[in-house]
Amino acid sequence: MDDDPIPLSALQHAVYCLRQAALIHVERLWEENRFTAEGRVLHAAVDRQGQRYSRGVRRVSALPLSCRRLQLAGVADLVEYHKSEAGEIPYPVEYKRGKPKLHRADEAQLCGQALCLEEMTGLSIPEGALFYEQTRRRVVVRFDMELRTLTERVARELRETILSGVTPPAIYEKRKCDPCSLIELCRPRIAGRSAKAWRDREIDKLLSEAQGG
Amino acid sequence: MKKLLNTVYVTSEGAALSKDGENLVVQVEGEERARAPFHMIASVVAFGAVLLTPPLLQACAARGITVVLLDRNGRFQARVEGPTSGNVLLRRQQYRASERPEAIVRSLVAGKVANQRAVLQRALRDYGEETQISAKTAIEAAVARLGGILRSVQISTSDVNALRGAEGEAAQLYFGVFGHLIRSPDPAIVFRGRSRRPPLDPMNALLSFLYTLLTHDCRSAAETVGLDPAVGFLHRDRPGRPSLALDLMEEMRPALVDRLALSLVNRRQIRIQDFRMEDNGAVLLNDESRKTVLSAWQERKKTERRHPFLDETAPLGLAPFLQAQLLARHLRGDLDAYPPWFGK
Ligand code: SF4
Repeated sequence: MDDDPIPLSALQHAVYCLRQAALIHVERLWEENRFTAEGRVLHAAVDRQGQRYSRGVRRVSALPLSCRRLQLAGVADLVEYHKSEAGEIPYPVEYKRGKPKLHRADEAQLCGQALCLEEMTGLSIPEGALFYEQTRRRVVVRFDMELRTLTERVARELRETILSGVTPPAIYEKRKCDPCSLIELCRPRIAGRSAKAWRDREIDKLLSEAQGG
Repeated sequence: MKKLLNTVYVTSEGAALSKDGENLVVQVEGEERARAPFHMIASVVAFGAVLLTPPLLQACAARGITVVLLDRNGRFQARVEGPTSGNVLLRRQQYRASERPEAIVRSLVAGKVANQRAVLQRALRDYGEETQISAKTAIEAAVARLGGILRSVQISTSDVNALRGAEGEAAQLYFGVFGHLIRSPDPAIVFRGRSRRPPLDPMNALLSFLYTLLTHDCRSAAETVGLDPAVGFLHRDRPGRPSLALDLMEEMRPALVDRLALSLVNRRQIRIQDFRMEDNGAVLLNDESRKTVLSAWQERKKTERRHPFLDETAPLGLAPFLQAQLLARHLRGDLDAYPPWFGK
């Protein structure tokens, strides 16, 4: 049994598409494109660990996190500690390039951080926030049952996939695949096509052409 | 589409390659001759006595740019590579498949025979009228026989040795008439059957030189997708032999190399004075003509083609990468077979 934890950042890929997460974490394919490069620059700025106070809130950046139950580990961009009657409640904040998305990948990644923080502190964490670079807005994310269930299910599926070492087959969906940065490596359009049948058809065609048939 | 990155070929004796910021710089006798940003380069191929500085080698290794050292004649000397991009799970699949290679070998041989046949058919189409009757008949006979071999490769239940045999027979037929495709008015440009180490006539010298370049591209393609270039299917393992690179290359040789070699001599871009003869009978391209061949090779790689299976347009130079990628997808279980590269 393999005890390496799953990187928290893989959760967002797995929510978007389990195959995408496998291409990155099993096959180690990574197409460096503008988006990933920008993402790295942004993270490099955030990744310096430190603690500071602003407007009375303690803010810890680049905080290492882990969750034994789900075998997740990673680093939170920023965790704020909000004061309440029960004491300080951790409040994870994740920086994202771009703008809020229609799918729940970013929320699930943040929820994964919350699950780690809950296990590490024994506190219950009701919400956190995503900060989007492009809109420069904070979007509050509530860790409700639905999001928690989604996050835990995906974390388990991802773990099974990584342990099996088998990339799940592609299913081409225009909306999902066309903007996917791994489309050239994934080639979802050839999934399900028979290369054997294609080869035989091509050979038949070549041999039936007028010359030398 | 993945970008077709450049290969920097350095042929000047005494050239010095160094790193300047994010650039590769080529100097000859202290003078800067060329400069290219690293992110545009896939590999560096240096012929003969070329100096490479340690910071340059480090920069290349860190960025996945392979550096290949060849001697003046294009013979392989050494290769500098960064941390291997190999994927252990994929390689295990590759090794497992190499124990039972029939299915992949069938595709490789089918692709190769089909492409050899296409070269001959094309020559008949383009020059059939001007070709001597006897030569024309011989080429036609080879085309017909290659068609028969292709059919047998497609349908027979034969084992891998029979498939290897079919490949060998096809090569004999093909190279048996290949000399008839030479239309250079230089009577000394001849092809007397395939000879390798050393090449014994000008056409063989040209082919051998170009095959070296293609091997290098195929080897890099295999590495790029995480495959082990040393473990092949059609070519049996032999220490030091890049068997998988040679496998990938088989299908592409006719369209990428053989046709280019023919067009170089037939258009008289390469003439008899471009070769030199050694005392041992070896025939080699001379230094000046290698530059002509290299730039023709670079041009050929830029030609856009429809990729037969992916049905997308891509530069010919990406074919080794795309085929390696498809092979990896087959080994991973995404495809039920390895789709051959049928170049038209
Ligand atoms: S191209 Fe589609 S199937 Fe492939 S990884 Fe991306 S989203 Fe998933």
